[in-house]
Amino acid sequence: MARESRKIEDETVADVHDLTVSYHIHPVLWNVDFQVPRGKLMAIVGPNGAGKSTLIKAMLGIVPTTTGWVKIFNEPYQKVRNRIGYVPQRGSVDWDFPTTAIDVVTMGRYGKIGWFRRPGKTDREISYTYLEKVGMQDFAKRQISQLSGGQQQRVFLARALAQEADIYFMDEPFAGVDVVTEKAIVNLLFELREQSKTVIVVHHDLQTVKEYFDWILLLNMRKVAIGNIEDTFTEENLRKTYGGKLAILSKAANAMTKGRVDGTIG
Amino acid sequence: MELLVSDWWLFDEISRYFLPEGSTRRWVMFGTILLGISSGVIGTFAFLRKQSLLSDAMAHAALPGICLVYMLTGVKDPLLFLVGASATGLLGAMIVTEIPRHTRIKSDTAIGLVLSIFFACGIVLLTVIQKNFGGNQAGLDSFLFGKAALLVRYDLYVIGITCLLLIGITLLFYKEFKLLTFDRGFAITLGLPAKRLELLITLLIVLAVMVGLQAVGVVLMVAMLIFPAAAARQWTDQLGMMIVIAAFIGAFAGVVGSFCSAIITKVPTGPVMVVVCSIMLIFSMFFAPNRGLIPKWLRLHRNRQRIRRENILKSCYKTCEQRGDWEVIFSIKDFTAYFKFSNYTTKQLLRYLVKKQHIVSQKNGWQLTPQGLEAAKQIIRKHRLWEVYLTEKMDIASDHVHRDAEDIEHAISNEILKQLEKELKSPTQDPHGRSIPVNGGNSRERKTT
Repeated sequence: MARESRKIEDETVADVHDLTVSYHIHPVLWNVDFQVPRGKLMAIVGPNGAGKSTLIKAMLGIVPTTTGWVKIFNEPYQKVRNRIGYVPQRGSVDWDFPTTAIDVVTMGRYGKIGWFRRPGKTDREISYTYLEKVGMQDFAKRQISQLSGGQQQRVFLARALAQEADIYFMDEPFAGVDVVTEKAIVNLLFELREQSKTVIVVHHDLQTVKEYFDWILLLNMRKVAIGNIEDTFTEENLRKTYGGKLAILSKAANAMTKGRVDGTIG
Repeated sequence: MELLVSDWWLFDEISRYFLPEGSTRRWVMFGTILLGISSGVIGTFAFLRKQSLLSDAMAHAALPGICLVYMLTGVKDPLLFLVGASATGLLGAMIVTEIPRHTRIKSDTAIGLVLSIFFACGIVLLTVIQKNFGGNQAGLDSFLFGKAALLVRYDLYVIGITCLLLIGITLLFYKEFKLLTFDRGFAITLGLPAKRLELLITLLIVLAVMVGLQAVGVVLMVAMLIFPAAAARQWTDQLGMMIVIAAFIGAFAGVVGSFCSAIITKVPTGPVMVVVCSIMLIFSMFFAPNRGLIPKWLRLHRNRQRIRRENILKSCYKTCEQRGDWEVIFSIKDFTAYFKFSNYTTKQLLRYLVKKQHIVSQKNGWQLTPQGLEAAKQIIRKHRLWEVYLTEKMDIASDHVHRDAEDIEHAISNEILKQLEKELKSPTQDPHGRSIPVNGGNSRERKTT
């Protein structure tokens, strides 16, 4: 893959440049570069431990980056937080937390409400409409631990919608959900695309990639390929992502960790 | 003993709170109430953030701080104590979080380590003070278990102002603390400074612990923080409500604790408050609706009884079906022998079925009523449809399916039943060749054919 000169077109909404991320001292993502055009549904695909979640967490500033930068709408993400929506992995929170479904959705409004103020009536109403949108209005007052996995996922989705963002990051929204929920999520994704919003989704099911998405990033500790589905989702690229070179790269990562521990690498 | 001289002693003791000379008592009680409220409020977050043990370590780590401050200054100033206690408490908390990051020691060991080392140092310093600083030290050892009665007006000002500050800050940051505790990653994407807010919460917990030391003591302070929150959690699924309930429990413990400490000499306040809290926690764990053990057990019991009743109806149906006679009269022995229930249980179950008019009591036994037959058909229908589903849709051998159906027949809702009927196109025979009854159907007529 030849290194083209980066031209930032008008329509680029997310621009990642030379991003390297390490957990503690162990590198998990190496020099990742890519751009995402506006209005695309982009899947991030790769094997376990490829750094898919880490990539979007790094783009949103949840995990620190070692090198590189990320620009969203041509600005550092700190400046455009109000235009970003996020759906974390369902397993990342304690669902026994004492709160209700509608409360969780209202959390999506917190960024717009600002410090110290309580969510008002309009925030409640907006949250309720998004809860309706994911078909969960009957469960508004339900304690979140009493919801099924798919219902919890839909609540998380409604919370992201309540952020009323222009770009969405979703971490494995299809993991462990029922058929109804999967359908509901897909329909929402298509609807977001129609509103020319951009959605970046960590996805693990190769079967459905073609059906759900129109853009793809193949990732395995480094960027393997990015582009539209027809040209990029090829057998050769998949082989590159899921097999081969990885072994050496992880050996190098281990050596780097060891070097940092021993002090031979700064 | 002199307390028991009058039958009215309790009334007298309470009334003293309302007399002019009871002002000290009033102040002390006011202080412990505020203390209970603030530890309930902040304890809720400590509890939800799973920082109970960390709080305990911080409380124990406060002791050497108090001793050092006294050795350095020679005065007993609650504000100075607060500073000293917070310093070593925070130091302890920092060590607890840093040890697992840099060594192979896990955090539970780190907590045990910090707790015992700091506490041991504190006790050693306490003995040193006792030897070298003479009688003046009286009061320092009350930091172990607390003595609210020894609080003077100035102590109470410090306690009161700190508690109000704690409650105020928590309420101010309520929304942010809630989001951060529930979903840290999401909070960061909204731009909340997670690390700084977490530090603030830890700081508030430290302050809540430290301000309670004089009244409750280092050994038991963690209980005042965690018990009200844990008890409150049993009663509600709303964070706001949980904080309110925890505050009430804390306040109540404060009232009882200070009262006991005032009327009975040598009773330390801390243990009384903790006993009150633990009684409320135990009560909550057993009796709270939804989460309590007893309501849970009752639900389980009711469900088991329902399943047993359904099984009785089902066995009646099967016997009738076998004999081709729908008016068989069953004796109690039929049931006890078949189900291995005790006589008492069986009679209880049958009584309920009679009450629901599913069976009628005859001279020499019991007989299915038309309603009972319908109910039985419903269960049998679920059972046999499920067997068909397993064999047809899931390719399971027909001799494997009975056991599964035996459990599922009690759980299938009418909605799922309808789906099953639709998907299987309402078959009339199960995999074992028996007919699948239809509600309101014609199985009764078969006896005539």
